[in-house]
Amino acid sequence: MNVLQTLIDGVALGAVYALVAVGLALIFGVMRLINFAHGELITAGGYTLALASAWPKAAAIALTVVVCVVLAWAMERIAFRRLRNVAPATTLVATFAVAFTLQAVWLIAFGPQGESADVLSGLNQTAVSGELSIRWITIVMLITGGLLLAGTILLLNRTTIGLQMRAAATDFRAARLLGVRADTVISVAFVIAGVMAAAVAVLLTVQRPLVTPTFGLQVTILALVGVVVGGMDRLWTATLGGFAIGFATSVLGEALPSDQRVFLPSAVFLLVIVVLLLRPGGLFAPRGAGGVERV
Amino acid sequence: MTRRRGLTQFVAPALLLIAVGIVGGLTSAGTQEDITSVLISATMVIALYVFIGNSGVISFGQISFVALGAFAAGLMTIPSAVKPTVLPNLFPFLADHSVGSFESLFLAAGLGALFAFLAGVPLMRLSGLAAGIATFAVLEITHNVLRFWDKIGPGAQTLALVPEDVGPYEAMLGALFAATVAFLYQRSRSGRLLRAAREDPAAAQAVGVNIHRHRLVAFTISGALAGLAGGLLVHQIGSITTEQVYLELTFLTLAMLVVGGMGSLWGAVVGAVLVSFLDIFLVDAEGGVGVGPLDVDLPSGASLVILGALMASMLIFRPAGITGGRELTLRLPRLGGRGPGEQPDEREAAADQPQPEQALAPGTRSETPRSET
Repeated sequence: MNVLQTLIDGVALGAVYALVAVGLALIFGVMRLINFAHGELITAGGYTLALASAWPKAAAIALTVVVCVVLAWAMERIAFRRLRNVAPATTLVATFAVAFTLQAVWLIAFGPQGESADVLSGLNQTAVSGELSIRWITIVMLITGGLLLAGTILLLNRTTIGLQMRAAATDFRAARLLGVRADTVISVAFVIAGVMAAAVAVLLTVQRPLVTPTFGLQVTILALVGVVVGGMDRLWTATLGGFAIGFATSVLGEALPSDQRVFLPSAVFLLVIVVLLLRPGGLFAPRGAGGVERV
Repeated sequence: MTRRRGLTQFVAPALLLIAVGIVGGLTSAGTQEDITSVLISATMVIALYVFIGNSGVISFGQISFVALGAFAAGLMTIPSAVKPTVLPNLFPFLADHSVGSFESLFLAAGLGALFAFLAGVPLMRLSGLAAGIATFAVLEITHNVLRFWDKIGPGAQTLALVPEDVGPYEAMLGALFAATVAFLYQRSRSGRLLRAAREDPAAAQAVGVNIHRHRLVAFTISGALAGLAGGLLVHQIGSITTEQVYLELTFLTLAMLVVGGMGSLWGAVVGAVLVSFLDIFLVDAEGGVGVGPLDVDLPSGASLVILGALMASMLIFRPAGITGGRELTLRLPRLGGRGPGEQPDEREAAADQPQPEQALAPGTRSETPRSET
């Protein structure tokens, strides 16, 4: 196992976590809501792929995107719209409750043993063999991650709605006073999060085709940790944080001796604690900007 | 008179716990199990409240102290004779020693306090989301180590053969003890300073409050009570696995605290009792129960959906919880009207109530404009 191989696998996993992080950070940016239920969008996408696995691949993926976007929009409309202006800790527990409810729904609907969603399993074949062995999915992860991130940046920087979202993220009240429609901005943020969740669902099912009720939860928790470690106040620091935790998990997993590999979560979370203690405002936040609490 | 008013605030939670315990003692064996678990949940939620309620800092890590307490109390009360056969990889000093169930509760509380203190020394410098994630990391590490290190416990297997000697009365005493400690702490100097720092950290520091020290005190006490709850838990069910003291329990106990109202001891107790009873009722309803003239028969698994949906709507429609974070003051009606010293002290009452909007996570909503998204 050489170093370059480890790095490439790390970057690919990091790209997936970065996509989860974008979904979390956009919503946190516009409405200060930490959305634990984001993982349920990913799970819903996984189940959709499983149920549509007999369809043509393009149709199955399109349906997944539609389901994720509709569910994201519905979540905001039904539950989270009322949580604006509530303390972050309360919203955190509330979104956890929504996630918990949806997991119970998946459990009733699909059972605990899981559904198989091997729509794109062909991507597990190696594209490059020899010294380096790279599977197609690694390449697809990198390209998809890059394209979606670039698309988000373009949307935020080159369109009116993107400008409004950035304004709302900086100062929600002032943005509303200037005529930004709060409902539109927040709905758009949830729609983008839905698209990201669909992409993550498609990419993840290639590696783990078995979709269980907790399919999206572990990814989301780890990405959320990454987002906070990176710095939640800015989209790019949050995304980088998500990327970093995916990368660190992959690389640490390779670096640990195989009989110690079960302790990988301990190693990752120990690293998280150390980083939080050294840079509580965010690992990538500009110096002096992150820690401006009044304390 | 301030002192007496304070004491009356302890009456309501204590009476509720005693009532639950006595009702539990009088019922059939199956219901006793349920009541016992209600009271143990209440002990855990009180432990959470001591830190989260007083400091206003969210912690996802308190269940790691429950886990440590449960495994320590369980491991040390399994008879030495059977230990080497059930747990062959144990460190010798763990395998050779055993203590009684009652002593094991002290051990659980002591280890909980020690672990909380050691974790708290670095972590209590953090606020808001960083604190939430760092304490969550503690939970993940605890779970990971307990699950895979078979020298200190059963690893991924079930720790079984633990004496089952906690019933409703023992659990009631445990919960009452926790409530007493929580009450004494919140009336103490350290507790009051911490509550002041919760409302306005900058102002508290400006008048010389050492926030780190008082958070650490609350975190350690909370760890001790959580360890105690873990000891009670393992002696109630007689076995424990790492999955029982992990994410789901963390979520449930936090939800109980938030549903009740995290600013008051009364809120913690009410939330724990109500949500646990609801949970028990819904699980029973999956097998079919009669409520008055109605026959409720829920499909299997529906209890979790209803419980989750109820908690979500509770938090959405009433984010400050059922009690709104207020203590309930019970006092007997007095003959002859109020004496001159009996005026309710409104200022003190006001100072005890958190402002719901900023009850938690000071500093996460930064005042400084953020330059980019």
